[in-house]
Amino acid sequence: MDKHEIQEFIAKRVAKELEHGSIVNLGIGLPTKVANYIPDDIEVLFQSENGFVGLGPSQTEETHDPNIVNAGGQPVTIKPGGAFFDSAVSFGIIRGGHVDLTVLGALQVDEKGNIANYMIPGKLVPGMGGAMDLLNGAKNVIVAMQHTAKGNHKILKECNLPLTAQGAVDTIITEMGVIKVTTEGLLLTEINPDFTVEDVQEATEAKLYVDKDLKQMQV
Amino acid sequence: MDKVMDIKEAIKDIRDGDTLMIGGFMANGAPEKLIDALIEQGVKDITLISSDTGMITTGSGKLIARKLIKKLYASHIGTNKETGRQMNEGETDVELVPQGTLAERIRAGGYGLGGFLTETGVGTLVEEGKQKITVEGVEYLLETPLTADYALIHAAKADRNGNLVYQGSTNNFSNVMASAAKVTIVEADEVVENGELDPNFVHTPGVFVNRIVDGGAVNG
Repeated sequence: MDKHEIQEFIAKRVAKELEHGSIVNLGIGLPTKVANYIPDDIEVLFQSENGFVGLGPSQTEETHDPNIVNAGGQPVTIKPGGAFFDSAVSFGIIRGGHVDLTVLGALQVDEKGNIANYMIPGKLVPGMGGAMDLLNGAKNVIVAMQHTAKGNHKILKECNLPLTAQGAVDTIITEMGVIKVTTEGLLLTEINPDFTVEDVQEATEAKLYVDKDLKQMQV
Repeated sequence: MDKVMDIKEAIKDIRDGDTLMIGGFMANGAPEKLIDALIEQGVKDITLISSDTGMITTGSGKLIARKLIKKLYASHIGTNKETGRQMNEGETDVELVPQGTLAERIRAGGYGLGGFLTETGVGTLVEEGKQKITVEGVEYLLETPLTADYALIHAAKADRNGNLVYQGSTNNFSNVMASAAKVTIVEADEVVENGELDPNFVHTPGVFVNRIVDGGAVNG
């Protein structure tokens, strides 16, 4: 798989985690692609942390409206039944636990569910935006990312970049498998049949425990 | 009370060294005409409180690009490379604040609160220098209020009393900023007479608004 195919594969698998009637916040980049693969039989309300629920598809010529952007600043639409509000309300929704699921990318995740995804000191300091609030406030946190970065481990024993949040991650979904963060450590619950458990462990710095009921990853 | 005035009049007492809150999210809902007028008037050493710093040519980013900012509070600066450069070179003092914490610090400033407790940032660089308070077994950071000399915000409609209505996602930080400044100045796309806005659907009550400028986007 090339990078694009890997991202689509991960996005498709994450989409299966969406539950009917849930409120979901998708991060920028790969997580945004999840919206393209929502199963037809469920309805999900997407939250945009700049101030609305009911986030719809990108604008077309017919739906052009300069007043509506998503959290990446891109022109988007709002679906019927959506609502706009200010940033304080938006983050009240987030911190207050009213967002069921957030899907974010990451630079590093570790076996304690710590996540680093907002800065590389001295190189890249864009700021955390709403990520710290989302990680602390959302009921369920999925990290959707490529398993490694140019061959380097991203799933570590301990993150060494500045943390965005501690102990916040529930599930990691990559092109190699699905990993749950548990109190005992990282539990591999699904594996992409293109890889062996040894392959996944080799691509992971932290020790992986293998679920006795290990399933094949389906998208 | 009629709070509508000329744009130059509305901003003429903003001085070097003042603290400004400027609305907008990636410049969506930013008061572009007020920002341009401020640049024309000339002002420097500003402390800026803003969601992000827009782009180099939009929103509060225009003030960054002209090196008018001494101290910045923002949640995200990645879309304006000049902000990052000024931070790395030590030209501008930048405090990165989680977006929800930024909004709530401003709300606390405007609503007479001495701060608030949040789990956001615990165990990260954000907790440095902050008091930690444990309530019912949960550890929180004490985040303190933010206020400003002036808030510069944008609205779709304002009546002469300063009641505001926003369109789409342009509200973002504007509503809380309006409450947290000594003087709140609104650039409205359209100014209407009192009574024309349905009081049931006002987003920001005019009590928070001091000056209104007709941005002319509707009746220019």
